[in-house]
Amino acid sequence: MNKHVELKNHQREIYYFRLRLAVSIGFVLALLAILLARFAYLQMVRHDHYQTLAESNRISVVPIVPNRGLILDRNGVVLAHNYSGYTLEITPSRTADLEATINDLSTLVEITPKDRKRFKKLLAERRNFETLVIRSRLSDEEVARFAAQQYRFPGVEIKARLFRDYPYGEKTAHLIGYVGRINQTDVAQLEENDLAANYRGSDYIGKTGLEQSYESELHGVTGVEQVEVDSGGRAVRRLSRAPPVSGNMLVLSIDAKLQEIAFQSFGNYRGALVAIDPNNGEVLAFVSKPGYDPSLFIDGIDTQSWDELNNSPDTPLNNRALRGQYPPGSTIKPFMALAGLHYGERAPGLTISDPGYFTLPGSSHQYRDWKKEGHGSVDMFKSIVVSCDTYYYGLATDLGIDRISSYLPRFGFGKKTGIDLEGETSGLLPSQEWKKKRYQQIWYPGDTVSVGIGQGYNLVTPMQLALATTTLANNGIGYKPHLVREVRSAHIDKNHAIGNELLPNLKIAPAHLDLVRRAMVAVTQPGGTAVQAAAGAPYHIAGKTGTAQVVGIKQGEKYIEDQVQERHRDHAWFIAFAPAEQPRIALAVLVENGGHGGSTAAPIARKVLDYYLLGKVPQPLPDVADKEGEEHD
Amino acid sequence: MTRRQLWLRFIVHLDRPLLLGIVLLLLTSLLVLYSADNASWGQPLNQMLNIVVALTCMWLIANLPLHYLMRTAVPIYLLGMALLIGVALFGEISHGARRWLNLGIATIQPSELMKIGVPLMMAWYFEKHEATLTMKNYIVATLLLVVPVGLIARQPDLGTAILISASGFYVLFLAGLSWRVIGGLFVAALISAPLLWSTLHDYQRLRILMLLDPSQDALGKGYHTIQATIAVGSGGLLGKGYLKGTQTHLDFLPERTTDFIFAVYSEEFGLLGNLILLSLYFFVIARGFVITANASTYFTRLMAGSITLTFATYAFVNMGMVSGILPVVGVPLPLMSYGGTSMLTLLLGFGMLMSIETHKKLIKT
Repeated sequence: MNKHVELKNHQREIYYFRLRLAVSIGFVLALLAILLARFAYLQMVRHDHYQTLAESNRISVVPIVPNRGLILDRNGVVLAHNYSGYTLEITPSRTADLEATINDLSTLVEITPKDRKRFKKLLAERRNFETLVIRSRLSDEEVARFAAQQYRFPGVEIKARLFRDYPYGEKTAHLIGYVGRINQTDVAQLEENDLAANYRGSDYIGKTGLEQSYESELHGVTGVEQVEVDSGGRAVRRLSRAPPVSGNMLVLSIDAKLQEIAFQSFGNYRGALVAIDPNNGEVLAFVSKPGYDPSLFIDGIDTQSWDELNNSPDTPLNNRALRGQYPPGSTIKPFMALAGLHYGERAPGLTISDPGYFTLPGSSHQYRDWKKEGHGSVDMFKSIVVSCDTYYYGLATDLGIDRISSYLPRFGFGKKTGIDLEGETSGLLPSQEWKKKRYQQIWYPGDTVSVGIGQGYNLVTPMQLALATTTLANNGIGYKPHLVREVRSAHIDKNHAIGNELLPNLKIAPAHLDLVRRAMVAVTQPGGTAVQAAAGAPYHIAGKTGTAQVVGIKQGEKYIEDQVQERHRDHAWFIAFAPAEQPRIALAVLVENGGHGGSTAAPIARKVLDYYLLGKVPQPLPDVADKEGEEHD
Repeated sequence: MTRRQLWLRFIVHLDRPLLLGIVLLLLTSLLVLYSADNASWGQPLNQMLNIVVALTCMWLIANLPLHYLMRTAVPIYLLGMALLIGVALFGEISHGARRWLNLGIATIQPSELMKIGVPLMMAWYFEKHEATLTMKNYIVATLLLVVPVGLIARQPDLGTAILISASGFYVLFLAGLSWRVIGGLFVAALISAPLLWSTLHDYQRLRILMLLDPSQDALGKGYHTIQATIAVGSGGLLGKGYLKGTQTHLDFLPERTTDFIFAVYSEEFGLLGNLILLSLYFFVIARGFVITANASTYFTRLMAGSITLTFATYAFVNMGMVSGILPVVGVPLPLMSYGGTSMLTLLLGFGMLMSIETHKKLIKT
């Protein structure tokens, strides 16, 4: 009985066990079915999606930065070029402890606090897997020292990069400008102009000067390399490559030697000089002094150097030629004379008597001539030669401000010259409307009197005055000034010359022109205000001196140069073109606090003319500051 | 004895279908391991050594008569318990978990031993009380399971704890635990889930959360899942070809010789390869079930069933984890992943299956 029950139980047990086993098999099949469904979903339904993900995982598009275009002068002298140098770079994503790594590195390679600060800034702005420069321009010795220890520094490597260099340094700083690291503002700008793609991988962008205004030519087209990368972002092999296109080369109209001579001719003076070929508007020299060392800015300037430059009373960062605004002084007189002739307010032969001052009708206020005792009987020719103030006080008054402000813009006063540099200022040509807007005041007749001799409200830039002189030199036919003559491309067929852009012909009556030009030649002849500067020149110079007051002189006071602080002394101007008969060069020189145009500005112009026209290199530069001779304007 | 007789004697306790399935899987393993190790022989050679050792142990166990096997149950279980307690008290901490015990000559992971020890003990216990099974016996068996699992879960090693729970549960299930109780347990598990959640370590919670949305932490905790899923998905129908998996060879796949070896396989051999691999696993599992069905004693039935089901569970959990339907719990793919310990444990189990099959035949004849 007992046995029977047990046997029955055993069979039932087997039955039940088999049942459970069947359930188990069902369970396993269900699990396998789940897996299979999942695999089918991933590998068939979603295959394309994951395929894309896998590809984007492995393929990295690496930009190849193009070589920046060179900048040459008109004779092929290099003004900006690239040289390869070594940088020490860190990939933060592969470096565990950045601080410790940098500290260790500093035992092998000099890393200044400035480098560290710059690195921190880069770190904050970095993109994924990017390598960041900790030190640039390593010496060969430093490279060797690091290379021997490289195994200790995962994620740190030495890279060869191209650096920008400016052989002429401060002499061309305001002309060429400089490149600098691309910052957030640049990035925003590039994005706005849809150029960000072409700057992937680029570290530098033109910040000022030609480097800035011709950025699109100089930069070139970034190449693309598709590389396979591993999970650490390291390139494993190249898949495809679209080579970069080097930036275009700029050939300037600047003559480097002329530029150098002009720069050095200033001696210790501050100032600006712009020389232009009147036959086509090509700028031959473009000087603003003092300059600065452009290389300081390439990798970000340190605070100390910046403060020095920025707080210097000499304002070396100010581009005086382009942005400096000064009263034109007597250099305005030839143009005023043309206005007088144009409107028929003065006949060439009309003479006035100069008692040494001018008074407006019904007023006792005396507008003084620079020559206290006056010039006596003065006609238009003489007014230019001796720079008679009284003549122009009266002429301006007769013309009236409205006609002055409508005539002078023809020569480019009061507006930008359109030279191929950015940041140009437009000077100031006052008018009744302008004064109302600016000062909420009406225009007084006395305002016009000062305008007549280039004082008062009107301001010009050396660039503007150079252009006006050029137009005069070319008989009223001006050209838009430009610094670049030709853009040379890697593909010869894409080279293009920068065209000479004619400005509207001023159609000045030949007789008027002839008078003014003859008078300007006489300025550099005995009896003129710039006779010393032109002495012995085998060609004729047409010129005009000018003096721009820095501080006003009260009624009845006399300006005595020696008693005025150096920085309150007058600015000296000289405009000229030569040879007077067939001008090949026209220029404007400004010497800050230089006193008299004839004694400080004109000698600088003479050196430039001598070199350009005769190929004469000035001997060890004489001190242009020596005061001499007659106290002329 | 002739050489042939000697050979027959040598292989008599080896179940040929099972051996065939195992060897095919092991060969696949070496093939994939070579690729996963970036076409180097380093890990494949080590794994071969592991395999030789494990196969030898399997052969020894297969030759062990059943009553000896039964007799090992209590000592193994007690040893395992002692070691687990030892780990809890003196264990070494690595990666934030106390799993290893340094015995001076070697460090061991006692939880690995309990993968066999627990079901063995439970099967032994049910066999002991076969004639008079009552609810009390199920409760005692459950305690035999819960205590070591609790210790392992505390280490913490959630993956192993769950897998041992599963193998213990399979014993209970096959021993005829009533459906009502199973249903009750299921409901209880559902209810206690929030409670369990509160006892989990942060990293364990993260892994479960990551499963729901791995992209939340794509470079951190979700990285494993995302890269593995990409590898599998990008494999497509036929795979990228042997040694051509980009996820594998460009270093995007983490732990690709161990827990994530399936992603390597799947990337290079695609859906077709997966189908073949699943078939191989199913073949081994099916053979395990046949052995279970034919087993002669209560103990062997329970043991064989539990071993087979546990093997299936391992495979499912690993592949589910790699393909992103289960959390990353650190379970190797049986017979495929690199590693000596799990290889040994698995082949010891298969040795028992073979012993169960072959000694039964001898008994019958």
